[in-house]
Amino acid sequence: MRPFTELTSRTVVLRERNIDTDQIIPARFLTTTQRQGLGQFAFNDWRRLPDGSLNPDFAFNRAENAGAGILVAGRNFGCGSSREHAPWALADLGLRAVISAEIADIFRSNALKNGLLPIVLGEAVVDELLDRPGLELRIDVAERSVFLPGGSRVEFALDAFARTCLLEGVDQLGYLLRQDADISRFESQRHPSTSSRQEFVHAS
Amino acid sequence: MTSQAPRTPRTLFDKLWDAHVVTPESETAPATLYIDLHLIHEVTSPQAFAELDARNLPVRRPELTKGTLDHSTPTLPVGADGEHPYVNAEARAQVDQLRENCTRFGVELFDYDSPQRGIVHVMGPELGLTQPGQTIVCGDSHTATHGAFGALAFGIGTSEVGHVLATQCLLQRKAKTLAITIDGELAPGVSAKDLILHVIGVIGVNGGTGHVIEYRGSTVRALSMEQRMTVCNMSIEAGARAGLIAPDEVTFAYLRGRPRAPQGGDFDNAVAQWRQLHSDDGARFDREVRIDAADIQPTVTWGTHPGQVAAISGHVPAAHDPADGGGDEAKARDYMGWQPGAALAGRPVDVVFVGSCTNSRLSDLREAASVLRGRRVHPRVRMLVVPGSEQVKREAEAEGIDQVVRAAGAEWREPGCSMCIAMNGDLVGPGQLAVSTSNRNFEGRQGKGARTVLASPLTAAACAVAGEITDPRPYLTTAPAQRTATLEVA
Repeated sequence: MRPFTELTSRTVVLRERNIDTDQIIPARFLTTTQRQGLGQFAFNDWRRLPDGSLNPDFAFNRAENAGAGILVAGRNFGCGSSREHAPWALADLGLRAVISAEIADIFRSNALKNGLLPIVLGEAVVDELLDRPGLELRIDVAERSVFLPGGSRVEFALDAFARTCLLEGVDQLGYLLRQDADISRFESQRHPSTSSRQEFVHAS
Repeated sequence: MTSQAPRTPRTLFDKLWDAHVVTPESETAPATLYIDLHLIHEVTSPQAFAELDARNLPVRRPELTKGTLDHSTPTLPVGADGEHPYVNAEARAQVDQLRENCTRFGVELFDYDSPQRGIVHVMGPELGLTQPGQTIVCGDSHTATHGAFGALAFGIGTSEVGHVLATQCLLQRKAKTLAITIDGELAPGVSAKDLILHVIGVIGVNGGTGHVIEYRGSTVRALSMEQRMTVCNMSIEAGARAGLIAPDEVTFAYLRGRPRAPQGGDFDNAVAQWRQLHSDDGARFDREVRIDAADIQPTVTWGTHPGQVAAISGHVPAAHDPADGGGDEAKARDYMGWQPGAALAGRPVDVVFVGSCTNSRLSDLREAASVLRGRRVHPRVRMLVVPGSEQVKREAEAEGIDQVVRAAGAEWREPGCSMCIAMNGDLVGPGQLAVSTSNRNFEGRQGKGARTVLASPLTAAACAVAGEITDPRPYLTTAPAQRTATLEVA
């Protein structure tokens, strides 16, 4: 994963609350065996009219939002399924961060593994951002802060490990693989192997 | 040596967590948590195996991962050409990919030729793979289902599927706990599905976010294992990654004799350990909610998320309703085609689906069949009944449920996720209203433009017969014997 230290970008706004992963990427696009190229299906059923043409009113279709890297969305963004295709699709659209007053657990976890930063801010700040699409924000990961135009700063919670992973581009699987000795110890102590099952039977 | 020193009372979740910590969490790092059972399917695993290939890694404990085919698989039988009628070539390729990955990495796959293949969350419990005290994960948010056995079970993304394949572990921060205590008796016609829809309505679609739910109380204790699975299954619909029910005699009786459960003396030894898996007296939960079973009626969703529920006798919120939280109710009403304040009952129905990891087990099909027996599905309704596994299908057919379903004019299908996720070609049309026993009523979940009303199997079957949304309770009495006999002969 590429390190993520800082981002300056405009926002694109989806005011809806409870935007679920079926909206982010409908299930019929999950028959792929690839991670790449899912951006074209992101928000497909909101982005396209029934005849398949682009809906000119949908935020991501408006010219002024081209290149926006920050999505500001209503509360409880990313609820629903565990499909990692959701953050894959959003990252493929060019998004680097999602700001909401609440972000669903599995989506948040999946997003962090794909360099898509989930940022939860207070309702009042999010409401202001929802009301003012296209604001240019600066996100500083090390400072765990969003800087609004004019310089005012809003801090957000970010787990220390997630922060390190973003800043240093830490590969979580590599981190886990380095715990091999601990995992082996755990398995030999606890996990039912032939020998432990044997003991179990003798004990009875 | 066992210590006699009194311990701080622990919740069931604490006990499950503590028993699986390889490396404890700290300020700077999450815990490394050991996973006992990993379930995979064709949709969320290919990119994880590709990651292993890219790094030249083996599967660490292939015997702890089990694969099945369920999401993109057709529910129509093999055609005259001997081929499965896939929705498209990609779906077929996904299944072929899983088969190849399982072969290459030594993972057991319950393929089409297995008499045990099924929806991942139906198959695991049915085989006795799912056991109390385990950690269970799957690239599927309804993994919460397995919590009904007192296992810590939750959905993960595909990157994490790769982590488990490679290391049998996950990096996790410990969640908070939410106790939901439900006491009292459920009224006739009120099922586990109504209970969980009611619970989600009370705590909200995000009411469980950041928490593991433990369902407790006399109502929960009185539920069968299949009903408990229905309850835990929908924990994620309230935002909770996992739902738990402490194992008890009902759990042990369900598991005894299952092919992958411990056998003989091992089973008794296991039960002795499983009996420890309950929240201690005085254990502290981060939040507690109490619900009176007497308040629960047959319940359905009216909106576009599972928290937008009402009793079947109720109404869609009116425009001025104080319960209207500020916007999404109006949008949901518009999408669903409701007038503000409309009565739920009487709305014409186009499609009825009985199936999914929430409600496709034998008891669910029996409930639906009890309504259909001796009756006909309304001419305007297309009804699909999709058993959750090959075993459920066999057992249902042995009881003649397939005959009842067909005689009523409904379709009896092959096992799979089918119209719940609607990625295999089993679709609800644009603008159509479906009453569905599945778990999500999101916009377009069952097909682009489809409108979904979530309901119990009893309610779904009653709606199929009535051709409109209706209270199932008048259908609880059995149909006239003569008509039943005629139809069963036919």
